[in-house]
Amino acid sequence: MINRDPKWLTGLRILGLGVWMIITLFPLYWILLTSLKPANQIAEYPVRYWPREFSLENYASLFNKSQFGSYLLNSIVVSAAAGVVGTAIALLSAYVLSRFTFRGKGAVMLAFLVTQMIPAFIALGPLYQMFTNLGLVDSRFGLVLIYIAMTIPFSSIMLRGFFDNVPDSLEEAAMVDGCSRFGALWRVIVPVMTPGIIATFIFNFVNCWNELFLAVTLINTDSHKTIPTALNGFISSFNIEWGPMSAAAVLTILPTMVLFAFASRWIVAGLTQGATKG
Amino acid sequence: MSSLSGETAGGVGARRTRPAGRRREFNGRTALTMLAFLAPAFVFVLVFTYYPLLVGGQMAFRQWSLWDLTSTPFIGWGNFQTLMADPAFTRVMWNSVIWVVGSLVPQFIIGFLIALALRKKFRFRGLYQAVVFYPWAVSGFLIGILFRWMFNSEFGVVNDLLMRFGIVEAPVPWLADPDLALVAVIVANVWYGVTFFSIMILAALQSVPDELYEAAALDGAGRARMLFQITIPTIRTTLVLTVLLRVIWIFNFPDIIYAMTGGGPADQTQIATTWMIKFTQQGEYGLASALGFITMGVLVVFTGLYLALLTREKKS
Repeated sequence: MINRDPKWLTGLRILGLGVWMIITLFPLYWILLTSLKPANQIAEYPVRYWPREFSLENYASLFNKSQFGSYLLNSIVVSAAAGVVGTAIALLSAYVLSRFTFRGKGAVMLAFLVTQMIPAFIALGPLYQMFTNLGLVDSRFGLVLIYIAMTIPFSSIMLRGFFDNVPDSLEEAAMVDGCSRFGALWRVIVPVMTPGIIATFIFNFVNCWNELFLAVTLINTDSHKTIPTALNGFISSFNIEWGPMSAAAVLTILPTMVLFAFASRWIVAGLTQGATKG
Repeated sequence: MSSLSGETAGGVGARRTRPAGRRREFNGRTALTMLAFLAPAFVFVLVFTYYPLLVGGQMAFRQWSLWDLTSTPFIGWGNFQTLMADPAFTRVMWNSVIWVVGSLVPQFIIGFLIALALRKKFRFRGLYQAVVFYPWAVSGFLIGILFRWMFNSEFGVVNDLLMRFGIVEAPVPWLADPDLALVAVIVANVWYGVTFFSIMILAALQSVPDELYEAAALDGAGRARMLFQITIPTIRTTLVLTVLLRVIWIFNFPDIIYAMTGGGPADQTQIATTWMIKFTQQGEYGLASALGFITMGVLVVFTGLYLALLTREKKS
C-alpha cells in the first residue's frame, strides 16, 4: 500500500470522516434524546441539546396507551418466522444456482432480480383480494407467508455468493462417503457457511421488521399489528404525540441496528459477491 | 481460496471411476433433486409475487373499488385517460424527476468521497463502518418520521441550529411551505442513501490494484490525475450499475415522503409512488395499477436509453 499522503490530505480525510459521523449519528441521538425528555420539555424552544432531566415516562405512556407490547411481540414472531423459513428455502435454491449449470438458469436469476423492481403497489390490490378468498386477511400467518415470498429472491442471490466460496470438493467427498445430496448440504456445507447464513437471516429479519405497506394493507385488528403498521396509525392521526412516538422509534430502530452492526461485514460481503456474479 | 478449490475439485474428480464434471453428473436423479430444491422458492415467488402482478396487469384496465370487489367492469384505457387528464399528473411526474436527480447527485458525490476516505486501512475502520452504515438497518418510513420531527417548524432542531448559526432569523415552516417541502424530503433522502453508495464504491475501490497507482506515481501523476485516469475508469462498471439501480430504486421509493409530508402540501412533494399509495388507500386499485405501469414504462425506457448511450460512448 502506498502511503505518501501529505499531512493536509490525511487531516482532511479524518475531518471529513468525523463530520460525516456526526451528521449520520445526529438523527439517532436526537430521537433518543426526545424519547428521554419529560413530556413537558419536549416542546421547548429553543431546543436543549442535553435535557435538564431524564425520564422514562414516554416509554411508560407508549405501553399504557397503546398495545405496544403486542406490536413488539408480533413483529418479533412474524420477522423471525419469515426470516427462518425464507432463509431455509433460499438456501436450497441458492445451492442449485451455485452448483449446477442448466438450461433456464439465467431465466431463474432474471425472475428473481425482476421481483426487486416491481412497484409493490401493483400487487397490493390483487393480494388483498387473494387473501380475502383464502380467509387470510388480518392473519399474522398470512403475513408470514407473504414475507417469506418477499425474502426469497434476494437471499437466494446473497447465499449463492457465499456458496461460490465453498469448494465443491467438500460435499463431493461427503457424497462419495455415502451421504445424499441433502445430507451433504446439511452436515458438511451448512456448518462451514454459518456466518453467511446468519448474515442472510439477519438481513431478512430486518427487512420483515421494517416492512410497512403489505402489513398496513393486510392487517386491521389492533392486536395483530406489527410495529410499522402501528407507527403508521400514530402518524395518520392529526396530532402526533412526539414523546411516545420517539420512544416507539427508538424501540424499533435499536434492535435491528444492533443485529445489523453484528452482521454487517458478512452482509456486505454477501451482497457484493452475489450481485457482481449475477 | 479460489485456486485451492479448483485444485481439490479436480483431485476428487480424477479419483472417481466415472468421469466427473458437472455436465455428466446431470442424470435423472440429480435433476429430480434440483427440482425439489428449487420448488419451494418457485411456489412462493409465483403465488405471492408473479400471480398478483399478473392480476394487477388486468386491474389497470378495470374499474375497481375496495368496497365492492365483485363488480370490476372492464374500461379499456379509461384509467390511463383519467390519470393523464388529472391536473396533478404533470406536477407528479416533474416532482419524480426532481426527486430522483436531486437525491442521486449528492448521494453519489458524498458516497464517493467517503469511500475514498475509507479506502486506506486505519485503526477502528471496521467500527467506524459498523456505526456509520447503521441507516441501512432502519426503514425509510422511520427515517421519514425522524426527519419529520427534526424539520418540525415549531420546535424542530433544524430551525434551531440554523438560527443559532445565524443562517435564518425566524423559524422556517419547512414541511408546510410548498417550495421548501421538496427540499426537506430530498435532504432526508440524501442523508439516507449515501451509505449504499459508499458500500458499493468502497467494495469496488478495493479491487483496484495498488501497482497501477505505484506506476502512475513513478510517472509523476498527481492525485487528481490518478483519480480521473485510474480509479474512475477501473471501477466504471460498478459506478454505472450502481447509478442505474439507484435511479430505479429512488424512483420507486415513497417511504420517506409518505412519512414526512404524505405528498403534501398541495401535491408539492407528490411523486408517482406516493400518488399510488394515495389511490390504493382510496380503494382506487385500477388507477394505482395504471400509474404503476406508466412508471414501469418510464423506467424501462430510461434503462434502455442509459445502456444504449453508454455502449455507444464506449465504442467511440
